[in-house]
Amino acid sequence: MLRTILVAILGVAVVSTAYWGYQEHQEKNSILIKAENTYQRAFHDLTFNLDQLHDEIGATLAMNSKDQLSPSLADVWRLTSMAQMNLGQLPLTLMPFSKTEEYLYKVGNFSYRNAIRDLEHEPLSEEEYQTLNELYKQSGEIQNEMRKVQSMVLQDNLRWMDVELALASEDEPLNNAIVNGFHIVNEKVEGFSEVDWGADLPQLQSNDDLLNERLNGEEVTAEEAKEIALRFVELENAEIHIEETGEGLAYGSYSVRINDPEHEANIFMDISKKGGHPIWLLQDRQVGETNISLNEASEKAKELLEKNGIEDMQIVDSKQYNAVGVFNFAYLKDNVRVYPDAIVVEVSLQDGEIIGYESSAYLTNHRDRDVSQPTISVEEAQERLNPSLEVMEHHVALIKNDLSEEVLTYEFFGVINNDTYRIFINAQTGHEEKIEKLDNAEPVYKSA
Amino acid sequence: MNKAIGKIPLLIMICLLAFSTFTSAPQVSAFSEQIIQRGATGDDVVELQARLQYIGFYHGTIDGVYGWGTYWAVRKYQDEFGLEVDGLVGPQMKAMLEKSTDFDYEWVHKQFYEGRKFTHYGPDPKKNQSGPKGSKIPPLEQKRRQQQGQGTAPGTPAPGGQAPEVTPGGETPAPGTPAAPGGETPAPGTPATPGETPATPGETPAPGTPVAPGETPAPGETPVPGEQAAPETEPVPDEEPVPDQTTDEGPNIEQAINVPQGFSENDIRIMAQAVYGEARGEPYIGQVAVAAVILNRINSPTFPNTPSGVIFEPRAFTAVADGQIYLEPNETARRAVLDAINGQDPSGHALYYFNPDTATSGWIWTRPQIKKIGKHIFCK
Repeated sequence: MLRTILVAILGVAVVSTAYWGYQEHQEKNSILIKAENTYQRAFHDLTFNLDQLHDEIGATLAMNSKDQLSPSLADVWRLTSMAQMNLGQLPLTLMPFSKTEEYLYKVGNFSYRNAIRDLEHEPLSEEEYQTLNELYKQSGEIQNEMRKVQSMVLQDNLRWMDVELALASEDEPLNNAIVNGFHIVNEKVEGFSEVDWGADLPQLQSNDDLLNERLNGEEVTAEEAKEIALRFVELENAEIHIEETGEGLAYGSYSVRINDPEHEANIFMDISKKGGHPIWLLQDRQVGETNISLNEASEKAKELLEKNGIEDMQIVDSKQYNAVGVFNFAYLKDNVRVYPDAIVVEVSLQDGEIIGYESSAYLTNHRDRDVSQPTISVEEAQERLNPSLEVMEHHVALIKNDLSEEVLTYEFFGVINNDTYRIFINAQTGHEEKIEKLDNAEPVYKSA
Repeated sequence: MNKAIGKIPLLIMICLLAFSTFTSAPQVSAFSEQIIQRGATGDDVVELQARLQYIGFYHGTIDGVYGWGTYWAVRKYQDEFGLEVDGLVGPQMKAMLEKSTDFDYEWVHKQFYEGRKFTHYGPDPKKNQSGPKGSKIPPLEQKRRQQQGQGTAPGTPAPGGQAPEVTPGGETPAPGTPAAPGGETPAPGTPATPGETPATPGETPAPGTPVAPGETPAPGETPVPGEQAAPETEPVPDEEPVPDQTTDEGPNIEQAINVPQGFSENDIRIMAQAVYGEARGEPYIGQVAVAAVILNRINSPTFPNTPSGVIFEPRAFTAVADGQIYLEPNETARRAVLDAINGQDPSGHALYYFNPDTATSGWIWTRPQIKKIGKHIFCK
């Protein structure tokens, strides 16, 4: 009797476990399929975009009338953005597919700049036409390779999930059809002869290369760097560690860690080898309550710059985040705000201590420059503004425009319907160089 | 007394009345010592905005953040009254504002923390300001009525301010409050709180009246010192009436915070979640470095251009793959993100980082390395 009951119970347990396991298995499969489907969609969308891209570039070449060219180029730009977006949804992050992504970015940039310019007055030059031809050829090759990968995926029923697994496992070289297909595309792109993107394409030179070029002064030793660091934070005999940065950084620098006994916190900074300039500083202590005002804190920030011989700096923006004040400085030369020479200083509103400093933009751009004078008057520049803009404040400012050139501008702050805008009008040509809507404070959304 | 009135509403009314008499001593607070500068937040800014709105210089939201709108209002004021036009609110301007305007600390702050709707803070009777529709009668007004023996139960504001129009002398009773004929419910013998005679506006409160306890300030706000300037002006002055702006637009008294240009608080939150999921055990500087890598990727041509695009890119971050990104981030992670947005980059412009103990991809080891912070190696 007892045995029958036990067997029955066991039987029920086995059956129900099996049923539960089967359920779980089904669920897992359905989720895997969903994930696979999103990958598949992104991939097929990508190949479709590249198809269209090739056709659209072809269409621009075939066009004869200038006013048709702009929308067509704008379409090229749109397609490159979509292709980039779809690429970003594929699990390729840890494989070198970056050449292709960079290429798409450059095509997008080239088409955008030429779409927005006035082709009536400034038609495409011979070289630019040449570039378009080149792009047409290249996009055809990419399209071809991608189609090969696509047909393989469809015929052999390849899974992106397997790509994930292949990338996650450690076998090198990777043996996965999709990955190999993408490798081939990437190598093709790498092999493209250098396209002439026109002289005004912003250099894809990274910030640290530029900084490396611009740093001046004698090399400092680790010992000297320690002294510089202690002088900068005004501490004596604090415990200090120093390391050199690796190969990956274009400029050589020392990473310094100072133990600040007073606040029981560490101060971290980087000091360049060339010239021994403090590049940035951060303190890792948590800031408590506010005891001093933003205005007092701004004086502390100014003091820091003065003590370190960084002169003629003006606060151009200040913001309070809880108990931290953040101040943006720009260099002031002959009453012209030089925005590229920027420094950010963070001050604790608890005790007025400096808790952050960032000067890489300043070190990269600052030099004793001659700032030219505007050739058009403020009134003339103001006429270029939208008449519904109520101008509240203006300055003369030097900025870097979209082509990374330094231009002298009039900077206008104005209001339309309670929103504040900042507009830069070129002080030589009267062109609108830049327009920004300045964000207002954000309401605290309370979830009820 | 109307017999039809049940006991419970009566009790509620008594309680409400008692409460309102308790908290409605007009507080004319004064600014603290600080020079108020653009970008500041806190109680002084609330007061500045309220006072500027009172005399019609400021029409924006009273949100406690000295942003652009407030800045233009301050400059206009300085220009008009011959002060130096620099947007800094110093002792002179504060004194002038205190003389010419009235500020009911209690009342404005109550609205501030409750996100109450009202249209314009000015010298006209507050019953006209309190909400385009259906907000409660402000304490000051209540007082006045009580002294005339006609206190009214404050109606609870309808959500979204969609209650019928408040007309003087014809209150819409709050749901649950019985309407006495004639529209006004006379206060059934104003409840005597022991030892308290209602203070007439303009008088220093009778002893025993609790000085309004300053609200507990939100973190990071300076509480206004509790010193009281003796109210010189009538709370409801008749001088220079400002045209009452009855716009039926959304709330214009609402707490706000500073956000860095170009990012919303929600963007910051998403990034803080990623930083917290990826690097919560790391030293603070390591968390800033991780946040900086996210921003470097947003600015790089080879990665997506949005915070979410970068963070949710498949295989980009382990915290996304294993769901740790959905943990509640702490304040440290948020501060790390803010530091990174403000330009800090301890990673040295890195685009990748990995933990050498757990890295599965051989490829990552081939990247040029920059430095090691905590457990992570950052590379180009």
